[in-house]
Amino acid sequence: MSDIRGRTHLYGDNVNTDVIIPARYLTTSDAAELARHCMEDIDPEFVSKVEPGDVVVAGENFGCGSSREHAPIAIRAAGVSAVIAKTFARIFFRNAINTGLPALACAEAAASIKGDDEVAVDLASGRIENLTQGRTYQAEPFPPFLQEIVAAGGLVAYTRKRLARR
Amino acid sequence: MGHTITEKILAAHSGEAEVHPGQFVMARVDLMLGNDVTAPLAIEEFRNIGAGRLADAARVVLVADHATPNKDIEAAEQCRMMRDFSREQGVEHFFDVGRGGIEHALLPEEGLVAPGECIIGADSHTCTYGALGAFATGVGSTDLAATMATGECWLRVPESIRVAYRGGPKPWVGGKDLILYTIGKIGVAGARYQALEFCGEAIEALGMSGRLTMCNMAIEAGAKNGIIAPDATTEEYIRSVTGRSYTPQLSDPDAAYAHTVEIDCADIELQVAAPPLPENARPVQQMNDTAIDQVVIGSCTNGRIEDLREAAQVLKGRRVHPDVRLIVVPATRRVHLQAIKEGLAEVFVEAGGALSTPTCGPCLGMHMGVLAKGERAVATTNRNFVGRMGHPESEVYLAGPAVAAASALLGHIGSPEELR
Repeated sequence: MSDIRGRTHLYGDNVNTDVIIPARYLTTSDAAELARHCMEDIDPEFVSKVEPGDVVVAGENFGCGSSREHAPIAIRAAGVSAVIAKTFARIFFRNAINTGLPALACAEAAASIKGDDEVAVDLASGRIENLTQGRTYQAEPFPPFLQEIVAAGGLVAYTRKRLARR
Repeated sequence: MGHTITEKILAAHSGEAEVHPGQFVMARVDLMLGNDVTAPLAIEEFRNIGAGRLADAARVVLVADHATPNKDIEAAEQCRMMRDFSREQGVEHFFDVGRGGIEHALLPEEGLVAPGECIIGADSHTCTYGALGAFATGVGSTDLAATMATGECWLRVPESIRVAYRGGPKPWVGGKDLILYTIGKIGVAGARYQALEFCGEAIEALGMSGRLTMCNMAIEAGAKNGIIAPDATTEEYIRSVTGRSYTPQLSDPDAAYAHTVEIDCADIELQVAAPPLPENARPVQQMNDTAIDQVVIGSCTNGRIEDLREAAQVLKGRRVHPDVRLIVVPATRRVHLQAIKEGLAEVFVEAGGALSTPTCGPCLGMHMGVLAKGERAVATTNRNFVGRMGHPESEVYLAGPAVAAASALLGHIGSPEELR
């Protein structure tokens, strides 16, 4: 049972949040407006190529640099359903968890998936299926603490629940 | 088994006797920070949480520093949102244009940070405050919103890497060169998710300004936080800015580290990091023929009075190269005022430099000094990513104030030694 199915867009190591959404667009937090400029400085065609449900695949340290939450917001609003990377920079990773963008760390998938492969992702199990290559990969599971935040639907909902219990 | 300073601060803030790397804690936060880029989103999410009031308005700091003085109508609206929110919620530590400056230079100067404290900020360079022996880390806007509502933030306890600097630095070599050299050695992901604990003779001898520069760039190695044990230098600095009490923490002698990086300062020349990553650090001599169009001296990394003094020492009585634009940005209003009082402002303007009001603007290509296609800058800032300071085909070379000032005079990347 897969939650996510889409074509992949492939990037390298150290994709930083400045190239995911350049600072010149940070005078708004409007998701649709941010999405129009997603990846603009490293892949000007991304916005015209991306289809709803597509998956971004990258190497090491994805999302390094600035803490701007506009980065996962832009990626999600561009239609991307998940990011798979060898590793994530920590602020981007927590921003993704907090805002509900699935971020899967899987070195094997990052090394094997090619651009424009079709992949399916089962979020509960972390299983990634490469339908083009006929291979499957297993992403690192979220620690239980983070699963609670994901299960609540993100940090806003999680915090609302915590406050209600007080 | 003992614990690191980072572990001890996180334990003290989560009601635990001890914590271990990998453990998740809900930490009580002493101070939380947002700016005009990240706070508007945090305010929206704070409303979505529905908490109504801040858990503690005295622990919230909001700074208008990124696209300020307001670069356009959208930026003005973002600042107004922060201003209105501060009034509504009684946030006394709201720093507007002319009253504050660049957040990470401002907060220590205002006495808002002390050893042993736990600080989060919706800005990646929040790690700067580790220089004062605090645990400080960058988070996102939703994290800030949740912390504003509850006073607590979820954190995973990081492993620590000990970076020990042996010996004393060469002439002109400062905190910026030490940290660029270190990032060059370990890489931009070399400390991913970990704490970088800086120690050794060179750190003990380093002033607070240089320590702040080093911890500021811990994030450029992927670190969660940079940290330096509080000592007499820290105590003296804190006493100069605030009279309040605090509880310092120190690493135990038998604390466990992921590993230790040993660095001999005799190996460290003046550094320049070539685009597009801060890890591309090399001795300045290796880039000598690189022609430049602009020099920026400022930012949360190198915009303190000590940095401006160093730049002025190089620039005094000289003229900026005709093909170069020099922009000097004092990090805060206090730095700006001091630069005027000491005659540094005169040195910069006489040299042909543009002296700006405090702003983060040029560092992230937001405004005030944006680069055109193909232009190349030397900047005392912290990132040289693709398009960081403007057009995606412009380039940023990172350096300390001495190299930046010398390069402005030479018209190419160079060191003060070339100016005889």
